[in-house]
Amino acid sequence: MSEVDAKTLEESEERAYGFWLFLMSDAILFSLLFATYAIMVTATDNGPDRTEIFGYWRTAANTALLLSSSLTMGLASIAICETRKSASFQWIFVTMILALAFLVLEIQEFAGLIAQGAGPDRSGFLSAYFTLVGTHGAHVIVGLIWMAVLCLHLALRPIGPEIQSITERLTMFWHLVGIVWIGIYSLVYLPGLYQ
Amino acid sequence: MFGRLNEDALPFYSEIAMAGAAVTVGGGLFVVAVVLWTGSLIYLWRNWLTSVDHKRIGIMYVVVALVMLLRGFVDALMMRAQQAMAMNSGGYLPPEHFDQIFSSHGTIMILFMAMPFLTGLINFVMPLQIGARDVAFPRLNLISLYLTAAGAGLVLVSLVIGKFSTAGWTGYPPFSETEFSPGVGVDYWIWALIVSGVGTTLTGINFITTIVKRRAPGMTWMRLPLFAWTALCASILIVFAFPALTVAGAMLALDRSAGFHFFTNDGGGNAMHFANILWMWGHPEVYILILPAFGVFSEIVATFSSKRLFAYNSLVFATVVIALLAFTTWLHHFFTMGAGASVNTAFGITTMIIAVPTGVKVFDWLMTMYRGRIRYQTPMLWTVAFLVTFTIGGMSGVLLAVPAVDYTLHNTTFLVAHFHNMVIPGALFGFFAGYVYWFPKAFGFRLDERWGRRAFWFWVTGFYLAFMPLYALGLMGMVRRLQHYDNPDWQPYLIVAAIGAVSVLCGLICMAIQLWVSIRDRERLADTTGDPWNARTLEWYSSSPPPVWNFASLPKIEGSDAFWRLKERGEAYREDENVGTISLPANSNDGIVYGALAFVFGFCMVWHIYWLALLCLGAIMTHLIVSSFRDPTAEVIPADEVARHEHDWKTAARAGSRYDGDPLCDYRTVLRKVPAQ
Repeated sequence: MSEVDAKTLEESEERAYGFWLFLMSDAILFSLLFATYAIMVTATDNGPDRTEIFGYWRTAANTALLLSSSLTMGLASIAICETRKSASFQWIFVTMILALAFLVLEIQEFAGLIAQGAGPDRSGFLSAYFTLVGTHGAHVIVGLIWMAVLCLHLALRPIGPEIQSITERLTMFWHLVGIVWIGIYSLVYLPGLYQ
Repeated sequence: MFGRLNEDALPFYSEIAMAGAAVTVGGGLFVVAVVLWTGSLIYLWRNWLTSVDHKRIGIMYVVVALVMLLRGFVDALMMRAQQAMAMNSGGYLPPEHFDQIFSSHGTIMILFMAMPFLTGLINFVMPLQIGARDVAFPRLNLISLYLTAAGAGLVLVSLVIGKFSTAGWTGYPPFSETEFSPGVGVDYWIWALIVSGVGTTLTGINFITTIVKRRAPGMTWMRLPLFAWTALCASILIVFAFPALTVAGAMLALDRSAGFHFFTNDGGGNAMHFANILWMWGHPEVYILILPAFGVFSEIVATFSSKRLFAYNSLVFATVVIALLAFTTWLHHFFTMGAGASVNTAFGITTMIIAVPTGVKVFDWLMTMYRGRIRYQTPMLWTVAFLVTFTIGGMSGVLLAVPAVDYTLHNTTFLVAHFHNMVIPGALFGFFAGYVYWFPKAFGFRLDERWGRRAFWFWVTGFYLAFMPLYALGLMGMVRRLQHYDNPDWQPYLIVAAIGAVSVLCGLICMAIQLWVSIRDRERLADTTGDPWNARTLEWYSSSPPPVWNFASLPKIEGSDAFWRLKERGEAYREDENVGTISLPANSNDGIVYGALAFVFGFCMVWHIYWLALLCLGAIMTHLIVSSFRDPTAEVIPADEVARHEHDWKTAARAGSRYDGDPLCDYRTVLRKVPAQ
């Protein structure tokens, strides 16, 4: 390995490490939002509570979409590691479709809730719910933009250490988004649906 | 179009507010005028404002800190004057203005004075100490600086456009909710905190990565200088604690601007939850402030006692334990909120436990001094003042850790005295000591010793005069943050406290004179050796000031006190024969771009100019995306330039060095020699 390659490798390792630290910080942020939700879940102010507002099929579909997008993101990162360009495009594209579908369902859900008077300004419980799930949704949007940028990189230049480094961090980010969703599904939606 | 912003925001409603605004605007214009007048704009831009050199960024952080120290101190002086005269009268400050002043004093001193100060010191020193060329992410480092400056800018602008928060530096709801604080003050507070908080988090990530990944060969964990250890622990605390501040601030912003019900009185809000989240950040924050100062004291006490640090290992463990325990004590900030006897007891115990590793440290420093050859120069004076004063503050803290006692003393000036007694000697004295200690490294000449001593004595006397009376007043039942009062017994104490504040003012003036005198006499105070204090750690193994590339090449590190070992073996000033070209990251405008956008974003969120705020966010994102396509540009330093610098300064250093190869000051030698005398 030449000196330049070694330096590039070292730098992308540092970037991955720094980004990992950022994700830990992000995880703390989510854990505080979870804690807030747990505290405010009973603060319904005579408004709707968690047994009344969640849809069984929608959350199941959301979970399926996001978890399979984690898989396709993994496949995309393998393709980029092996510098197979067309496969990389395909898998990122599939991931984006899945994420977009997830977002559509989530926006529908939020719009429906607001329309029936169960918006975030209705009660402490709904404030906490919208903030937790909305912050996760914002992460999904950031992930989508990032994927689009990665596609642009793939289109404009050959796959090299730079693109692989971007992919590594995007993959870590996307898995965090998936993990947080598992938390949301099992701590927010399931107890509401099966209470 | 302009949200809530209209001409009523200008400070024509009060003469004092107008004077404050005039000083702020005038000061800014004065700086701009001086820069333009001396024609140094291009120099400043090329060498400082766009520089990604960690040393320059560090110095710029300290400049921000010193400016904000002045602003925060003016607030303190105004409060002391008000309380000294407001016996059975309104004093000279109306209540609303007084409330703004104590809110901005706390916010500024903690977030925009202490934080930039410690970040600046770590930035300057830590990469040199661990033998690195720079931090892991130099461009990000610059961006962090400008985000911090943007937050500080928001606080300063609140003096001119609109008003600052009246809800105290902790901004407790429900008072800070729209219902009771409909103005823009709390919003200024929130967005200053969030914008600078993002910068601080990025800095923390940067420092951790640097220390974990960029230590010189042979610099194992247990050889790391103690300041680098405390920088690491403080950075870990930053990364894990600052999300709590972001969450608390963002939730309050949602309550205020979007009608959410997190902390409101109605709609199922829970104001106590805010106190919980805020202090989950706020308590670790105390240790973020204090740990780096502990690191400074550790370096100074070893250098000026001419001894190896006593019980280095236990100091490291104590630092790590403090960092861990910092997350377990937050509830002691609100014992009186009613969490119940068991919860209070648990947190009372954790609070007392955290005093143990802190006590270990105090003993380690004392034992380092024991039988050392102590030189009482200014950095050491600050350290000794810290040891005595901080111990007093620590004991009053252990007292407050007893929930039953806290019920009596909560919200009194006893508490105010306690935390100033921790943070001023524990953090600020440490930063001042570090400022004097590392100044010659940064600029190539020492600070004048005589004016330094004067500043020191005024500060320490002022501190005792200003805060010891507050302990007594607290025990007499005086509540904190009183704009006026009618108890004649309190006034003498408050007058003494005001005299203390004047003494601190004299200290600050002495520091300004010290800077002036030192620049004037820089020939006399010059340091050609790179090692003006006979120090022990690697940052002194470079010229003063160090070249952009820090070290021509690094020695193999074979133990703690790496530089001391080199001196003992007579290798400290041996010229490096085989130097090569060095490639460093080039200057970047990104800091200013992101800083400006973040500032406008924060300002627009405060005034509800949402379209422009969105535009700023869009611009930030676009810039991020565009810069992801830019290949990093590097500046290559030719080998002969490195070699020339290496030759020049080491020749000068050999000629000027008084200490090289002199083992007299080594503590083993000292121990051997003392009984024989």
